[in-house]
Amino acid sequence: MATNILKRVGQTVIILIGVALLIFIMLRIIPGNAIVTMMGEHANPEAIVRMTAELGLDQPFYVQFWKYITGVFSGDLGTSYSLNRSVSELIAASFPNTLRLAIAAALFAWTLGIVCGIIAAVRKNGLLDHLFMGVSLLGVSVPVFMVAMVLQYFLAHKLQLFPISSGSAGWIGYVLPAIALGWNSAGSIARLTRSTLLEVLQEDYIDTARAKGYKQLPVIMRHGLRNAVLPVITMMAVQLSSLLSGAVICETIFSINGIGRLAVQAIEGRDIPLLQGTILFSTALVILGNLVADCLYSLLDPRIRKEV
Amino acid sequence: MKKMTLQVRDLCTSFFTDKGEIKAVNNVSFDVPKRGIIGIVGESGCGKSMTARSVMRLIKYPGRIVSGSITLEGKELTRLTESEMANVRGEEISMIFQEPMTSLNPVMKAGRQVQEVVMLHRKVSKKEARAEVLRMFEKVGISEPEKRYECYPHELSGGLRQRVMIAMAMICRPKLLIADEPTTALDVTVEAQILELMRNLRDEIGTSIMLISHNLGVVAEICDYVHVMYAGRVVEQAETFELFDNPRHPYTIGLMNAVDSLERKQAVLDTIPGTVPNLLGLGEGCSFAPRCGRRTGRCDQMSELIEVVPGHLVRCHCHRQEVR
Repeated sequence: MATNILKRVGQTVIILIGVALLIFIMLRIIPGNAIVTMMGEHANPEAIVRMTAELGLDQPFYVQFWKYITGVFSGDLGTSYSLNRSVSELIAASFPNTLRLAIAAALFAWTLGIVCGIIAAVRKNGLLDHLFMGVSLLGVSVPVFMVAMVLQYFLAHKLQLFPISSGSAGWIGYVLPAIALGWNSAGSIARLTRSTLLEVLQEDYIDTARAKGYKQLPVIMRHGLRNAVLPVITMMAVQLSSLLSGAVICETIFSINGIGRLAVQAIEGRDIPLLQGTILFSTALVILGNLVADCLYSLLDPRIRKEV
Repeated sequence: MKKMTLQVRDLCTSFFTDKGEIKAVNNVSFDVPKRGIIGIVGESGCGKSMTARSVMRLIKYPGRIVSGSITLEGKELTRLTESEMANVRGEEISMIFQEPMTSLNPVMKAGRQVQEVVMLHRKVSKKEARAEVLRMFEKVGISEPEKRYECYPHELSGGLRQRVMIAMAMICRPKLLIADEPTTALDVTVEAQILELMRNLRDEIGTSIMLISHNLGVVAEICDYVHVMYAGRVVEQAETFELFDNPRHPYTIGLMNAVDSLERKQAVLDTIPGTVPNLLGLGEGCSFAPRCGRRTGRCDQMSELIEVVPGHLVRCHCHRQEVR
């Protein structure tokens, strides 16, 4: 088990270097010049050359990359051109907000999704099943900005139950963004939970459990759920890493200073180090999320424990 | 009159599909005497598993028991609520399924799956339940019970898994054990061991056994009394020796001719022509008639069960013809 995890961490490092290289290349291929954006259209050409040299942008590509990647491993992601602060610092400052939003959204989405999924599976083809599946279809198909703005308009603006801007409002400010952001995830989790649970309930060992004398609910909780939960966990890991890597739209609508907004700022300002930093950070989170899911798998399913 | 553990009378179980009613079990009656082992034999789809599931009341939607009575030592099971029935399962009636590979929960330790049954039906501590499980493991011939207790199903062989299933079924000393093809998925050598084990447990615990099988050899080995089912009905029933010595129904005879034996020097086994009929929209007549070599005009009407010898009943108009 321990060696397996080590192996996975090794793989993760390699993937990260690859991703860093890809981002590095892509950001240099796209049109536009960071120095020009920084100094204005009419800047002195001499000053531009001096600035380019100062930032090391005149050096060959591989030298730049080597400097960058060695910096990354010592925790230095470079300095933001537009904000003139260390990128790691900027990410560290905005990540807690994103983390809070992600946790709130995930809690909302998963509790609602799993509970509704179980109820729908137990009451297959019943009224609740149709109701939940109808609503969850809405959940997966209505975009975040729509839900966000509807919630903001009615609950925050009209009824004034919640603050409109969440930035400085504490936990209460995160309720609406969490619902808006989690809405999609809740829908897909509910649908997946229902379908995997229904599949598992056809298995022979469910008959065995009933033949033991278990009533319906304990059969589902003790023998059904744990077997049904594996695909759901994969989906959760994917969802969590995408929630953590910044909900650009949601953060913008509710003015939350998170990773998503930071990335938007970086794009607007052609701030290559900042953009590189946020993308790399998000990638690392996605990989980490998958790693955690794999470890959880082997914890839940003894058959995987041996193979991994 | 022998004491009966289970009495089933005129049991009808049907599946209600879009295309119509499928009568999976059609007016079936049988008794399981105390400490007795009865067999129910037939081809796939003849309704034998559905009969077993009806007794457990584990029929899946869209099927349900339509009519008839099932009494366990005087208790009418068809009238119990779902929750009362749950208390009967595992405690008074237990069941072993055909596939030991898939009948155990893959993510739970084998020992825990048996322990659950004890915890569910007896007021004992976890520790006591565990000790009980270990004793039972030993009784069903699981070597190194402590070690096997901690194993997951995928770490056990088919024979061991079936022993775990048997331990699970017998641990509450049920009045009735229903074994649905318990040895079909196993090797012949393991099969013999499992049958032996079931017989020993019957002797020791006093459980009555209802054995479902398509294998006449298994039935001959262990059963006192046999029912042959065809298309949802019992077509012949008799004590095992009587049935094998003196089969009367053409279907039973066909089944026996299709079994290989050492005495017969025949290169090719006999088969019964045709297949089991579609249970959807069965007519008035004998459902075996289309495959029967001895059909007459009278076969347009289903025969009653006729007692040819005391205790030997057959559902055929031609029952008087001796065959062998």
